[in-house]
Amino acid sequence: MNRAAPFWLRFGSVMVGLLALVLPLPAPLDELRPYLLALVLVYWALETPGGGGIAAAWLVGLLADVLAGTLLGEQALRLAVLVFLVQRFRAQLRFFPAWQQAAAVGLMLLNDLVLMLVLRGIAGAGLPPLGVLLAPLLGTLLWPWVFLLLDALRLRHRERTGRR
Amino acid sequence: MIQPGAPAPKLSETAAGSLPLLACIALSAVLMVADHRGELSPHVRATLATAAEPLWRLAALPVALWRWSDTHLSRQEVLADENIALRRELQLRDAQIARLEAVAQENARLRELLGGKTGYRLAVRMAGIVEVDLDPWRQRVRLDLGSAEGVEVGQAMIDAGGMLGQVIEVSGRGATALLLTDANHAVPVQVVRTGLRLVAVGTGRSDALRVPNIPRSADVRVDDVLVTSGIGGRFPAGFAVGRVVRVGPDESRLFLEAEAVPAARIDRGREVLLVMRGDPEGPVGPPEDGP
Repeated sequence: MNRAAPFWLRFGSVMVGLLALVLPLPAPLDELRPYLLALVLVYWALETPGGGGIAAAWLVGLLADVLAGTLLGEQALRLAVLVFLVQRFRAQLRFFPAWQQAAAVGLMLLNDLVLMLVLRGIAGAGLPPLGVLLAPLLGTLLWPWVFLLLDALRLRHRERTGRR
Repeated sequence: MIQPGAPAPKLSETAAGSLPLLACIALSAVLMVADHRGELSPHVRATLATAAEPLWRLAALPVALWRWSDTHLSRQEVLADENIALRRELQLRDAQIARLEAVAQENARLRELLGGKTGYRLAVRMAGIVEVDLDPWRQRVRLDLGSAEGVEVGQAMIDAGGMLGQVIEVSGRGATALLLTDANHAVPVQVVRTGLRLVAVGTGRSDALRVPNIPRSADVRVDDVLVTSGIGGRFPAGFAVGRVVRVGPDESRLFLEAEAVPAARIDRGREVLLVMRGDPEGPVGPPEDGP
């Protein structure tokens, strides 16, 4: 039985995360954009043990930097730190009930936000738009749905390959 | 977390666990510093942008589809009405241009008399904006023309209203442009009424420009129009930049600071004009004083 998640699901979900980064939204929603790419990477870090996750997250982050036009290496650094945190607390996170897991993910997104503000502060960017502060909250609310959707897709694939 | 019964983790284990992270942080730091100081080879970003191009196009698809259905599925009466309105607008513009043509000829004749060489020749090329949202902290747009179409770094970008920004990065099939209102953008301007030369910098908001360091003795008023002065040679002279809406003392109280509204429609246009660099327009800068 093939237990590993299929390549297309990993690749596809990361692509969707990247697209969500630049998908045009109406002006007030633009600032509130939840960091879907981070959620997707958190999911894969939770589900796949072992090394390589940080390096992969860094490379995906580099692509995200180019795509969104941020300073080259900024999102790469943020996503690498995020995946590192998930790997550290993987044992606890995996067995949390859904709401607790969402809260933990929210905290990590908040940490990510602080890291972003520090990095941009050093780079000399101006004050952030206020909506940016609400983005982690939206990400937290979105997390259970991302988790359920990716889990359902993965389990369905496993069942299908198991039956064969 | 260390369980009471479990053996304490060895130092080598924890070090090995965070080694990839440290490597990533170091790499990122190097990249960010290099990118921020502009020391990264333009080829690096251009190559990466080529890889990202399909994703940009894909992200722009929903809006493109919406626009397409909007034009192809809207009712005929609506289209007819719009057509009439556009026709009227065109007629009005034609009349204005005809008048301007006469003024331009007169201007050219006067310049000839004065022996001046600087003219207002203009060669432009229309480029479409790819409908993607780049980072909201930075005022940038993605254009659908690239080096294959002759776009170069540093080209000025205008729209019907006036100055819009400049091209900062070009890849094969697309380019990224920095808008006038980005916090990292500055443009040399001139007050039309008095000829006073100033520099307008972006604020990060799409509806405001800042004009710092105006001497207290200078004559700048609300409703003054700012145009590009052409100093520095990057922007052609004479494009509208903005209109002053507020003048007041700055933080140090030694200078005045003005706030201006951009003349171009920064966040509304779908198409922009890129000013092509034709023949060099003679000497750049203020005219030398005659003997």
